[in-house]
Amino acid sequence: MTLFDTLYVAPPALTAQAPILAIAGPLIGACAAALSPGGRSGWVISVITAAFALWMSLAVACEVSRQGVLLYVIGGFQPPLGIALRIDALGSAMALLVSTMGLIGAVYSGHALVSEIRAETHTLFQSGYLLCLAGFLGLVSTGDAFNAFVFLEVSSIGTYALVAAGEQRDRRALPAAFNYLIMGTIGATFYVIGIGFLYGATGTLNMADMAAHLSILGDNTAVQAGFAFVVTGLAIKAAIFPLHGWLPGAYAGAPSLVSVFLAATATKTAIYLIARFTFDVFPDASTFGQAFLHVVLAPLAAVSVIVCSVQAIFEKEVRRMLALSSVAQVGFIMLGLSLANAAGASAAMFYIFAHALMKAALFMALGALAISVRARTLDEFAGVAREAPWTAAAIGVGAASLAGLPLTMGFIAKWKLVEAALQGGVIWMVAVFAAGSALTLIYAWRMVEALFFSAPVPGARRAREAPVGVLVPLWVLVALSIWFGLNASLPETLANSAAAVLFGTAR
Amino acid sequence: MTVERLADWLANTNPGFFIIAAALLVPLAKDVVTRAILLVGGPGVALVALINAHGLSINLSTVHVLGLDLVLYRPDSLSFLFGLAFIIASAIIGVYSLHRRDPLQDSTAMIYAGSAVTAVFVGDLISLFIAWELTALSSVFQVLAPRTRESGRAAMRYLFFQVASGMLVLAGVCMFAVATGKTQFALIAPSMAGLPVGVMDISAPGAVLLLAGFGIKAAFPLVHNWLQDAYPKASETGTVVLSAFTTKLAVYALARYFAGLDALIWIGAIMVVFPVFFAVIENDLRKALAYGLNSQIGFMVCAVGIGTQLAVNGAAAHAFVSVMYQALLFMSTGAVLYRTGTAKATELGGLHRTMPWTTLFCLVGAASISGTPYLSGFVAKSMAMSAAHTDPTLMIVWLMLMFGSVGAIVHSGIRIPYFAFFGRDGGKRSEEAPFNMLMAMGMAAALCILVGVAPGWLYQFLPYQESARAYLESELWAPVHLIQQFQLLVLAALAFMLLQWRKLYPAEQAGVTIDVEWLWRRGGAQFWSAISGSLGRGARVAGEWMTRAGIAIRAAGRQVFASDGWVAAKVPASASAGWCLAILGLVLVVALFG
Repeated sequence: MTLFDTLYVAPPALTAQAPILAIAGPLIGACAAALSPGGRSGWVISVITAAFALWMSLAVACEVSRQGVLLYVIGGFQPPLGIALRIDALGSAMALLVSTMGLIGAVYSGHALVSEIRAETHTLFQSGYLLCLAGFLGLVSTGDAFNAFVFLEVSSIGTYALVAAGEQRDRRALPAAFNYLIMGTIGATFYVIGIGFLYGATGTLNMADMAAHLSILGDNTAVQAGFAFVVTGLAIKAAIFPLHGWLPGAYAGAPSLVSVFLAATATKTAIYLIARFTFDVFPDASTFGQAFLHVVLAPLAAVSVIVCSVQAIFEKEVRRMLALSSVAQVGFIMLGLSLANAAGASAAMFYIFAHALMKAALFMALGALAISVRARTLDEFAGVAREAPWTAAAIGVGAASLAGLPLTMGFIAKWKLVEAALQGGVIWMVAVFAAGSALTLIYAWRMVEALFFSAPVPGARRAREAPVGVLVPLWVLVALSIWFGLNASLPETLANSAAAVLFGTAR
Repeated sequence: MTVERLADWLANTNPGFFIIAAALLVPLAKDVVTRAILLVGGPGVALVALINAHGLSINLSTVHVLGLDLVLYRPDSLSFLFGLAFIIASAIIGVYSLHRRDPLQDSTAMIYAGSAVTAVFVGDLISLFIAWELTALSSVFQVLAPRTRESGRAAMRYLFFQVASGMLVLAGVCMFAVATGKTQFALIAPSMAGLPVGVMDISAPGAVLLLAGFGIKAAFPLVHNWLQDAYPKASETGTVVLSAFTTKLAVYALARYFAGLDALIWIGAIMVVFPVFFAVIENDLRKALAYGLNSQIGFMVCAVGIGTQLAVNGAAAHAFVSVMYQALLFMSTGAVLYRTGTAKATELGGLHRTMPWTTLFCLVGAASISGTPYLSGFVAKSMAMSAAHTDPTLMIVWLMLMFGSVGAIVHSGIRIPYFAFFGRDGGKRSEEAPFNMLMAMGMAAALCILVGVAPGWLYQFLPYQESARAYLESELWAPVHLIQQFQLLVLAALAFMLLQWRKLYPAEQAGVTIDVEWLWRRGGAQFWSAISGSLGRGARVAGEWMTRAGIAIRAAGRQVFASDGWVAAKVPASASAGWCLAILGLVLVVALFG
């Protein structure tokens, strides 16, 4: 990680506190936003806070690349009794992703909220958004299993409220948020039950300590039950088929800002925790871990890739289509993880980056278009490329990356997955990748066809080009998708060192 | 100093990149002069770069991406000729499309040409795949360009085949690269002396997939249908664009990786023969030409399969000249379509009165494809035929190629000009084609004549120099060769005239199938008529079944997967919770007992 080795981001005194500041910043910002007088102040606080969180995350990433693992003991209470933040290359890569998307979303929110959410709730909405950001950042930083549950809940509760805020635009956001709440709570409950089992068996909540105990404990029914509860709970949060029922409705109904942010981060942090538990906390060679990967996770992920892609093909509503596509893409990532080797984990991590960039760009561009067109189905978006060429072009690039066309980041991501599967000798997985990519190409093409080649529906509202406040973050995402498609060294080193954390050596 | 450095830079950059760069600027060009400069200048720069590099033995321009060495530029004598053909075709197409401003079509046509040139000059499998995919994606816009419902659907079918080809190539490349660790063709067969041609062993991992991917693009029999389906549905310029690159690129790839593979001889021979039957009965002239094109590709595939020096020379030379005369024929029918709005044999005829120049150029193209001596077809086609003739075990193949030559004379050489420009007067009195079209056709026609009159010019670029020189000196102008070709021509022309005079040739009626059977019976080829008739019927029935099955699958898919279908039907939260429990149970069982 030569880039981060030499980068000077913040003075050492600040860097020393950066792990906690990255989480505390958004938490304080959330309070400030809730108390702020309204108008644009919520947006200003949100952007400043998100930028601060990104700054701190960068500082953490630099420090991690120099030291390997960063241990931050909160309040001076030494672990395993006290709570510690423990950030390694995997966590810092995730934190970097979350805070980058957080900042881009915050910038975008300035325009998006005005037309989607009632003015008097803007500040509260921003408060929820920052709460979410804090939760996700805490989740990927913490070294304590129960603390992870707390952050999981902080982010989830923020998310439920954010999804429900879409009710002004689409009444279906309310039942979707409720459904999400139920499912999310079941997931969290499973997780906390599992942690209970593990605490009973090992007597500790600190992940590193727990791992040390588990590795000498051997076969133990409580541990195995704990494992099952933890991964199932997290699988709900990660929207692994068939536990993804909450996701399409929530992403389709939420305000577009929320879809942008959640699509890029929410399921990804849950995937991070699954990877953390299966490969790091539980002993690598445990039979139940391997059995879970091969018997449950890989088949479900494969089914998810195929079924959800086909569902997306037949879906008329464009945001639901993207949401279903997200579930299918989670399947791709999970397939990579289920290989249980460094190449697979690196490919999965790279895919997480690629998917975050392209899906966020797609949701953002569609959100901006929907404001002027007020359209929901793909047919209603017909021919908008003529009126909004820049926005439509961004969708075109996003769709190309989604389908994995060469010269985009999506291509390299799929390439790495295929390579990893071939290295692991799992040929059927290559077939699933190929079929999934072909299906993805179909619905990605439907989008491009509607935008660029179809004649507009007579009497449809005219689309307007998105304002600069949207185009800038949008094209930052698009440019990154293309740049990393040409020169993938930065995300690749991040992904490789993250995989090295889980498996010792990267490729 | 700077001039030298410029020359050096030109000589070390893949010429395709210049064309692609120009293509990206095309949408910005507002007036016709700028467009002309870009459309012709891009290929012009590429041509200069290519000629600049000619003779410098091997330039390796390599970039390192994702742990892979991509060889972006590695010209040799095989790629040189294909590249030259593509660059010239790109310039001619640029001129041909000047009359109509369609930035999307112009730009994608150039990207398509540029990526085809790129594909020819790259030196490894991965870069080849990337350029391969780029040709697929950029070419589909040519089919889409008329922006009609029909062309949209044809474009989808076309894209399906192209993407399938790309996927097969990708899978083959991955398997081969993982198994052997080699992607550069110069390294795959390092022991080979001279030109790296036919470098891949068919038993190597992934090689069959590669062959299948190349085969789809070359329109092998049974996977050929995308060609005849899509080409006639493109715009008048689009068809010309499509005809020039895709199939020849596939021929190049086959020659590079699979020259000398025996299976290709028979695939090529069948490919030469079977489209002939369809070409002679087809009413849409552009579709008839598409069948003719397919048959011509068969000659090249067959020559690649034979794989001797003479045969590879023949394939390359044939590819070069066929780019020119096929483009010329498609351009003239395109001009007719542009002026009259139709390319149907039944609706045309007698246009030579009002379109004399187009008629003349069409005749040059038709005479070229027929193999008339002193025109380009003769110079190239005879080489592949000689290669088949010299090997006594390939007697049947030689006869099949001979049959294909006769077929080309009938279906493209005589039938196209006759029905479009002479024959029964269709009553259309259209204007002469626009000047830019005439200019483009004139350039292509001039090339056809130049190559025919001075074959030495073409032969100096052929992959194997000595073999080409020996052939030029001893065999090409041998009397027996000339006489044989004249016999073919004259007899085919006589037969056509006889049939026409006795009003036995059927294709001036729209419904042709039964008449054609009758024609072939009269011609004494009952066997073939039975085969082609039942094949046609079988294909029709199969097509109907496929359509019905497609509708059924779509309906079933919608029933299952649509937003109100079974998978996504409104499930209450309790059902989702049930799923959670089920999965938890599953994981528990696996964890406890697995």
